[in-house]
Order: sequence, then structure tokens, then C-alpha cells
Amino acid sequence: MDQKPVIETHELTKSYLNHTVVNNLSFSVKEGEIFGFLGPNGSGKTTTLLMLIGLTEPTKGWARVAGYDPTREAIKVKRAVGYVPENIGFYGDMNAKENLQFLARLNNIPDSVSSKKIEEALENVGLKEDANKITGVYSRGMRQRLAIAEILIKEPKIVFLDEPTLGLDPDGTIRIIQHIQSLSREKNITVLLSSHDLKQVQKISDRIGIMINGKMIASGTIEQLAKEKPGIENKEISLDDVYMKYFQEV
Amino acid sequence: MTGIGAIVRKELEDHFSSYRFIILFALIAMVSLITTYMVGVSLRDELGGIAKPKFIFLMLFTSTGPLFSLVQFVAFFGPLIGLVLGFDSINRERSDGTLSKLASQPIYRDAIVNGKFLSGVITIVIMLTSILFVVSGLGLTLIGVVPGIEEVWRIFIYLIISVFYISFWLGISILFSIIFRSIATSALATLAVWIFFSFFISMGASVLANAFVPLNQNTQENPEIVMKHAKIQRAVSLTSPMQLYNDSTAIIIDPTRKTTRSLIFMGPIEQFSSERFSRPLNLLQSINIVIPHIITLIAITFICFAISYIVFMKQEIRSI
Repeated sequence: MDQKPVIETHELTKSYLNHTVVNNLSFSVKEGEIFGFLGPNGSGKTTTLLMLIGLTEPTKGWARVAGYDPTREAIKVKRAVGYVPENIGFYGDMNAKENLQFLARLNNIPDSVSSKKIEEALENVGLKEDANKITGVYSRGMRQRLAIAEILIKEPKIVFLDEPTLGLDPDGTIRIIQHIQSLSREKNITVLLSSHDLKQVQKISDRIGIMINGKMIASGTIEQLAKEKPGIENKEISLDDVYMKYFQEV
Repeated sequence: MTGIGAIVRKELEDHFSSYRFIILFALIAMVSLITTYMVGVSLRDELGGIAKPKFIFLMLFTSTGPLFSLVQFVAFFGPLIGLVLGFDSINRERSDGTLSKLASQPIYRDAIVNGKFLSGVITIVIMLTSILFVVSGLGLTLIGVVPGIEEVWRIFIYLIISVFYISFWLGISILFSIIFRSIATSALATLAVWIFFSFFISMGASVLANAFVPLNQNTQENPEIVMKHAKIQRAVSLTSPMQLYNDSTAIIIDPTRKTTRSLIFMGPIEQFSSERFSRPLNLLQSINIVIPHIITLIAITFICFAISYIVFMKQEIRSI
């Protein structure tokens, strides 16, 4: 891949009092790539995503997202990025269409344009029949698909997904993973995917980064990471094995 | 101001379609109408066959019916409107997981808190204006007197003061919804503050005045001691927004009132001159008397909102 990086960080650090959550993080993600962002709970993945979208300021270092500085040009970054947090929330007393309409208005998309987009997006994620139901009665899988519909409406250049398959049944997981793949392939959207579901990450990621205790201890394609660790290069490479090798070492 | 319009629009839709707002509005409108009707009927009976005095229309708002006047009712229950509109405005977004999503959209972070406050204020304005119109309409029908220009201005200024007064309570409730993560805690805290300022300040004022300047059989004949006692009581009472509101609206809506104080000592000459010039005050004179109260009320409303704003902006989004 010779695309330019759309996400770049250099010695990005975030500390709370004496506790460093993200420690000198430097990595880059190229345009159109799906980057699997792995690490145990509390390793600093979500804090990194929040810094990249300008929701929290780094203590040290810098980041560029879609060519903008998230600290100084937060609005431009937020315009270019779609963020799906771990516990995605919707207004439970509004239906899917109303939720999407509100999101469109926040993104300055005129109602005349957004209404058609909403119909298309809901059809795309398979929620057309449930579009008039209030989201308070949606299952977790339906909520995640609605989050994907939000991305389709916003049409960002980059998407940050924080644990998008958490708590989903296998069918729901597969559907979400397919949607993420199609975002990247059909719309050339760069995806930064934070997940514990290593099998799914392996299936769709172009490259992965392993983050432990606030540090990126390895990044590259699964094959590259496997090559660096003796014992797994000769057999069929599984991300579980690669991840555990690095994790146990730390 | 990116995003604020969308937030205000959504919040207004939420307010006007929520059951709690509809119930509260219906309750307040109903009590206002009943109070006005009773006052209107009693005024009509009392004034039957005699020339109508000046400012009779304003008596619709100030005359105490069987229970209370409209002005007293708004002073006491008006804060509930502000509290109900704001006590869960931020922490509900937080608990529903919509706040971080909202903050990650291309809007300034302050648009969230500004939008919540602005929509609350718009709701209060619409609510109070419609109640005043309905009350005035009913009053017109009952007493058959068209209000003069000055009376209309007085009602308008009363409306403005009431909007700031209720907005102060809205600011308090939004502040608590930012500070407290639990919706129940913020609701209880806002109610506690309301009860404190409604009941305990006046009790506390009396206790403090008695503590500093005790009034007993020996001292209550002494005008200086009585005056000192009243001054302390008044100074403590004025720390309550309700007292500020009561004082300012009483003077604005009732032109015959010339002071916010309840106790006045006058010498014979002062008494004579006061009787000679016993005409009602004009609007500017009334405003002059209560301008410190009005400015204080506006200032505490802005201060309260500014604290909410600062606390919200300083909060780590992580914790959102």
C-alpha cells in the first residue's frame, strides 16, 4: 500500500495525575485501511480514540487525523470522523428515523438531503422494517446496525469503532463485520477498529496494532507480527496465537 | 454556534411532547385560571356600580383570592417549572450513552449545555406568555376593563422578571444534572435547594435576627431595636431568589406600593408629606425602587448558568 496516512500520532501521551494511560504512542494508519486496534481492558485504546477525535487533550505528543490537529481543529476532525463508542446510545423515545434525522442536523445535512439518505442507510443495514419503532426497544444488534447507518449518513473519511461486536450473537457479529468491510471496500473509508474479538479482527484487518499498558508494543500485518515471534511462523497463523505471544511477553 | 440550533430544536420537541411538561403546564394553567376567575368575580362584584379605579386590571395579578394571588403562585411554584425542565438534562444523556455520541459530532462542546439552557428558557417564555395571555383574556371578560399602556408595560416587565427567576432555577437544575451522575440525586438536590430557599431562609432570617437583636417585652417598644431586628431579618431574606422575586414583582405589578420593606418608621412631617403625595408610582419610579433586586436576579441567573458551563466544559469527556 502506498496511500498516505490519514491517522498519524507521534509520542502521544495521556496522563491523569501520576497515572499514564497512553504512553508515547506513535503509529499511522493509511487511507482505506482497516486497522485492528487490540489490547486488554485498560490498555488505553479508548483514551487513544478519544484523543484522536478531539474529545480529550493529550498531555504530550501530537496527532493528525485527516490532516487536522484534533486538539486545535476538533470540529474539522469530528466532521471527518465517525465515532461509534463502546456503549452506543440512542434517544430511546425517538424512532430510528428521528435519531438519524437529529444526527444529520448536527452534521448540517439539510432535511431534504438527509431523508433520502436515511431511507437508503436503513435499508442497507436491514432496519427498514423497524425504522418507525422507538430505539428503546431495539436489541443490541439492531443498535449496532443503527450506528452503522449513522456512519452511512455522515459519510466520514475515517471511522473509529470501539468494540462494535461486544455482546452480539454470532449472526449479529457477522453482519456488523460485513458492514465494516463494505464501508472500507465500497466507500474507501479508513477504519480504526478496537475489539477483543480476535477472529473477526483477523478476518477483516489489513494491519493490526497491539497496545498493552498504554504502549503500542507491535504493529503491522499479522504475517509480519508472526514472523517476529519464533514458534508461530510455520503453522497456520492465527491472531489469537500472535496476540497471546506478545501479551505473555509483556 | 455550530450545532446549537439542532440541539435547541430537539430539546423543544422533547419538552413539549413530554408528559411531565404537559402535566405541569396543565396544572399551572388550571390553578392560574381558577385564581384569576375567583379574583375577577370578586372584583366585579366589589366594583359594581362604582367608577373603576386606576390600575384595576393589575389587581387581577395581585389580589389574593381564597388562597393566594397569581403573583404569589408563580413565585412559589414557578421554580418547579425550571427544576422539571433541567434536573436530568445532562445526566440522562450520560446514562443513555448519547452524550459522548453528541460530543463526537461536529459541534462545539458548549453547544450542548447552551442548547439545553436556551431551549429551557424558550419553553419558560412560551409557557409564561401563554398563561399571562389566557389570564388577561379571562380578566378582561370578567371585569370588563381594558388595561392601559402602563399596565401592559408592567405586565411585560413582570413577565421578564419571572422568566429570569424561573431560568435561575433552570440553571440550578442543569448544574446539578452536570455534577450528579444519578438522575435521582440531582432531582433530590434541586428539590432540597428549592425547599431551602422557599421555607428555611425565612425561618433562618427570623432566627438570626432574634439571635443578634432579641425582641422581648422590654425591647419591642424600642423603635431602634425593632428596626435593627427587621433589617437583619430582611438582609438574610434577600439571599433567597424567591424574596428578590417577590419584592421586585410586588412593586412592579402594584403601583401603589412604594417600598419593598414591610416595616417603616415615619415622623409626623414624613407622614404628612407621604399622605399628600399618595398617588400611585409611575412605571419608572417603580423600576427605580426594585432595580437592585432585578439586577441581582439577572446576575444570579447568569452566574448559575456560567458555573454550569464551566463545570461542563472542564469535565473530562472520558467521564462523560
